[in-house]
Amino acid sequence: MNTVELKRTANDIRKGIINAVYHAKCGHPGGSLSSADIFTYLFFEEMNIDPKNPKKEDRDRFVLSKGHVAPGYYSTLANRGFFPTEDLETLRKLGSYLQGHPDMKHIPGVDMSSGSLGQGISAAVGMALSAKLSKDDYRVYTLLGDGEIQEGQVWEASMFAGHRKLDNLVVIVDNNGLQIDGAIADVCNPYPIVDKFKAFNFHVIEADAHDFESLKAAFDEAKKTKGMPSAIIAKSTKGKGVSFMENQASWHGAAPNAEQYAVAMADLEKAGEV
Amino acid sequence: MSEVKKIATRESYGNALAEIGEEYKNLVVLDADLAAATKTGVFKKAFPDRHIDCGIAECNMMGIAAGLAATGKIPFASSFAMFAAGRAFEQVRNSIGYPKLNVKIGATHAGISVGEDGASHQCNEDVALMRTIPGMIVMNPADDIEAKAAVRAAMEHQGPVYIRFGRLAVPVINDNPDYKFEIGKGVVLRDGKDVTMITSGLPVSECLAAADKLAGDGIDAKVINIHTIKPLDSELVIEAAKETGKVVTVEEHSVIGGLGSAVCDVLSENYPAKVLKIGINDVFGESGPAVELVKKFGLDAESIYKRVKGFC
Repeated sequence: MNTVELKRTANDIRKGIINAVYHAKCGHPGGSLSSADIFTYLFFEEMNIDPKNPKKEDRDRFVLSKGHVAPGYYSTLANRGFFPTEDLETLRKLGSYLQGHPDMKHIPGVDMSSGSLGQGISAAVGMALSAKLSKDDYRVYTLLGDGEIQEGQVWEASMFAGHRKLDNLVVIVDNNGLQIDGAIADVCNPYPIVDKFKAFNFHVIEADAHDFESLKAAFDEAKKTKGMPSAIIAKSTKGKGVSFMENQASWHGAAPNAEQYAVAMADLEKAGEV
Repeated sequence: MSEVKKIATRESYGNALAEIGEEYKNLVVLDADLAAATKTGVFKKAFPDRHIDCGIAECNMMGIAAGLAATGKIPFASSFAMFAAGRAFEQVRNSIGYPKLNVKIGATHAGISVGEDGASHQCNEDVALMRTIPGMIVMNPADDIEAKAAVRAAMEHQGPVYIRFGRLAVPVINDNPDYKFEIGKGVVLRDGKDVTMITSGLPVSECLAAADKLAGDGIDAKVINIHTIKPLDSELVIEAAKETGKVVTVEEHSVIGGLGSAVCDVLSENYPAKVLKIGINDVFGESGPAVELVKKFGLDAESIYKRVKGFC
């Protein structure tokens, strides 16, 4: 895909996020929107996956460690063809397979259940180790929130990944700077994030989470990196693409009402005219 | 009479892994800097490439096990019961139990018989924790033969399994050619009509000795070894309660949430009977030689004998 096509796809994914959360009357739009371009690049450009054969053995694996941005993940999978986009409106509803947080037992394309912060990265590390043990070529990607890295388990997993030189692993941090209680720097400052991952023996790449050229350069560099895992610290805007949600911690886990829904969809309609 | 052979079930764990390692190429053993104590070092020696030391980070180890299982390996994640079931409970619940991943947890140093390390390391809560996780198989083998059989059965079972092993050497009681192990099937070790002792793990041999003593007093005690606490052999438990009326549970675990509670859950719904629960009575342990602790906390044959006699 060229950049314009990627932008249009990301915009469709954002519409899916708003639609899903609006119909669920709850969920996590802020971080879903900040991750939307990363999701788009991963699932439409970077990863070796096949929506017709979601379990194919040599597929690249993805673990959504920040599992609460399931709306972003599901909208991406739906737009990529893993399941119908209409199903997004069943998000979080009784009987729906689209659970509030990723459920690998029931959702096509989901490689690992997640939602309890700090745990997804460990599973991703286990998958990367598994590939090394059996000399398989697949790569493993995991997306973390910048608030999530306050969890100690993230650093247990990072220490192990660095120690084992898992160069088939890419850790992406969606660095939107906000968590539920406010700015990450005010709640319990995790900075300097770049230096932390460097200290845990990662090759660290900084990227613009909303610029596909920047994302391409980052993922290409990660692929070329041998002998150590890569971490992409992707600077993003929480709520990206919806005017009244941008940079607002309050939109971490809230659904728009009918009026707000109309404004959000209008914003995205306009942005889609690229 | 010759000396009874004694082996700690943690030894059986390491030996069993090494024995089946050749047969199962996708078996991977994880440890958290305790390979010398959990005895997975035996496997490490035989299959160094498939032994992964995760360092002192049990929560991460459980997540790594989940990732390995999600990609077709069969990991045995090993640590002390306190850290495997206690510290990493939420990782076991969310990363292993919820997605029903094929992870086996080998938890050694369970119960009071840890000995000198004291209360911080004596886990009397692991069975209670693990049996609340939907789909989790919980086993507590009584001797070397049963422990090895449990490891093999866990390997062959598809889904998460928790196996509890001890540090203290215990007598080999299942050394007979007809021995068979089946997940979820209790074993009647001794028949009796006056009272049933239902037990698992370390106290099984103590209960057999207590039953011999009770026989001297004219009390005919049935002894059931429940190596699988979940799923519990409900049929056998109900049948025994019907036969003997009175039931005693004996476990090296808190009386809250363990085997005794599991037995009461079944009986209260199906055949209410009077149950005496012998175990750790809602207290923490303490440092001391394991054998003396077993006596102090009332899990030796003499203490069990006295309490069962008082109950009958």
